[in-house]
Amino acid sequence: MAEAADVLLHLDDVHTDIGRYKILHGVSLTARRGRVTMLLGRNGAGKTTTLRTIIGLWQARSGRITFDGQSITGMDTPDIARLGIAYVPEYMGIFGKLTVRENMLLATGPRGFAKDNLERVLTWFPALKLKWDSAAGSLSGGQKQMLAIARAVVEQRRLLLVDEPTKGLSPVMVDQLVEALLGLKSEQTTTLLVEQNFHVALAVGDDVAVMDLGRTVHSGDMAALGRNEELQQQLLGLSMAVGA
Amino acid sequence: MSREWRERLQQWAPYAVTPLIVLAALPAMGVAAWVTLTVAGLTMGMMLFLVASGLTLIFGLMEVLNFAHAAFVTVGAYVTVTVLGPLVGWTTAPSLALNLLALLLALLAAAAASGALGFVFERIIIRQVYGAPLRQILITIGALTVIEQLVIVIWGPEAMALPKPTTLRGSVFLGASPIETYRLVALFVGLAVAAAMQLILTRTRIGLVVRAGVEDREMVQSLGYHIRRVFVGVFVAGTALAGMGGMMWGQYQTLVSSQIGDSMLILVFIILIIGGLGSVGGCFIGAILVGLTSNYVQFLAPTLALGSNILLMALILMWRPRGLFPIGEQ
Repeated sequence: MAEAADVLLHLDDVHTDIGRYKILHGVSLTARRGRVTMLLGRNGAGKTTTLRTIIGLWQARSGRITFDGQSITGMDTPDIARLGIAYVPEYMGIFGKLTVRENMLLATGPRGFAKDNLERVLTWFPALKLKWDSAAGSLSGGQKQMLAIARAVVEQRRLLLVDEPTKGLSPVMVDQLVEALLGLKSEQTTTLLVEQNFHVALAVGDDVAVMDLGRTVHSGDMAALGRNEELQQQLLGLSMAVGA
Repeated sequence: MSREWRERLQQWAPYAVTPLIVLAALPAMGVAAWVTLTVAGLTMGMMLFLVASGLTLIFGLMEVLNFAHAAFVTVGAYVTVTVLGPLVGWTTAPSLALNLLALLLALLAAAAASGALGFVFERIIIRQVYGAPLRQILITIGALTVIEQLVIVIWGPEAMALPKPTTLRGSVFLGASPIETYRLVALFVGLAVAAAMQLILTRTRIGLVVRAGVEDREMVQSLGYHIRRVFVGVFVAGTALAGMGGMMWGQYQTLVSSQIGDSMLILVFIILIIGGLGSVGGCFIGAILVGLTSNYVQFLAPTLALGSNILLMALILMWRPRGLFPIGEQ
């Protein structure tokens, strides 16, 4: 059980409907400060809906979402984002007609780029420096994903919500992305990460919440799940020993 | 041809349409007529751009189809009549400076009146129909009728004369080609507004947010921007531009009636579709294309004038179904 002071984000029995479809049927999970919490589950389990509900793009019908002790249930998305929560959607949300610089600039405060932050981010994603004034729409899929993550962290954030960042990327790009996620982790950035790639989950995750059919069905330690093939099979329909 | 070259050609081809049309028209008429008609077409394009640019941003940002946009053109034109009435001493004086000052005051008043009405309109009407296209069409067409009737109540049912200021009545000659002086003024105003819009959209944070919002408003909200507040600003700016367009168009036609906005609406929608919905750059090119085509065809084959722009739109849509510069293409 997490200490209350450790908890940055907490979802308590959250239900979300999209139109007349009931997607989330009681999601409860916790993201602890400075740790990476993996949100795993089969396709259609409700992982993306959970992230979108946290950021306010879809409103919870019932339940409670608290961020740093403050309820954010029912708040508008921009107000939630201004609390220091960054969201990277599965489709990346890149503005293709804008340049890489403009995409990044949008995520900064009124004073624009803080030099140290920008240098730190471009160290993780050097390819972006080369494409700085190119239209973001001209980037490759991997570069777009880099841009999406870089944009999310170009300012110091308190919580990062990332949805399937490795989907469709080449192995080289996945490795680069894992490096970046580990870099963020080393800076104690709290992250809630949806990921289908179990190897990536094992590499970066500290804690895990597993969802099925719109509910959380397991919460615990990521490494422990990595060691327990039977539990993996039961929760995710896969079996993968650590280091496999 | 390599794939890279094909992609480059596809990217740049839309920019070639206007020069091609301009060059194609040259052999069909004498140089003198070609120069006159080209300037006339560009002028008409600039006035249409004033009206269309606001509408394309309004649609691009919130997918609001505002048929009542024409009403703001009409209001702008009538406010011009009201403002220039007491300034008749300035407009009839043989002084270019006084004439231009009177027009500037009328332009600002038309923009302010239409923009203020736009603010009220957004709060009362548009806010109720976000995300409901059918209701948007019905309510904005209804509002167009109501505002036009209110204009008749305030200014009367008769068309009102709006004579051009004294020094802007004649023509100047470019070689052997006569160019109406007022057209040069309208061309300058249109280009100045287009340049200002370009500066705001590309050099300011609010412009950046608007451009991003046209592509993906959900993501803009996720970055901490209240897109609806931005939209109110864009709506007011768009309606103010429509008012400016009404002022310029009314002064150009020297006659203002309650249907002055309606007369532009079809051309404005053609421009939006040709340029690509939501694209200001596309709107600029589309407005010039429509202005030039109207003037060339009216000279070469007057009976085809009405349908020429619809034909142009059909041809462009057959080539690029989402318009010349679609948003969210990449």
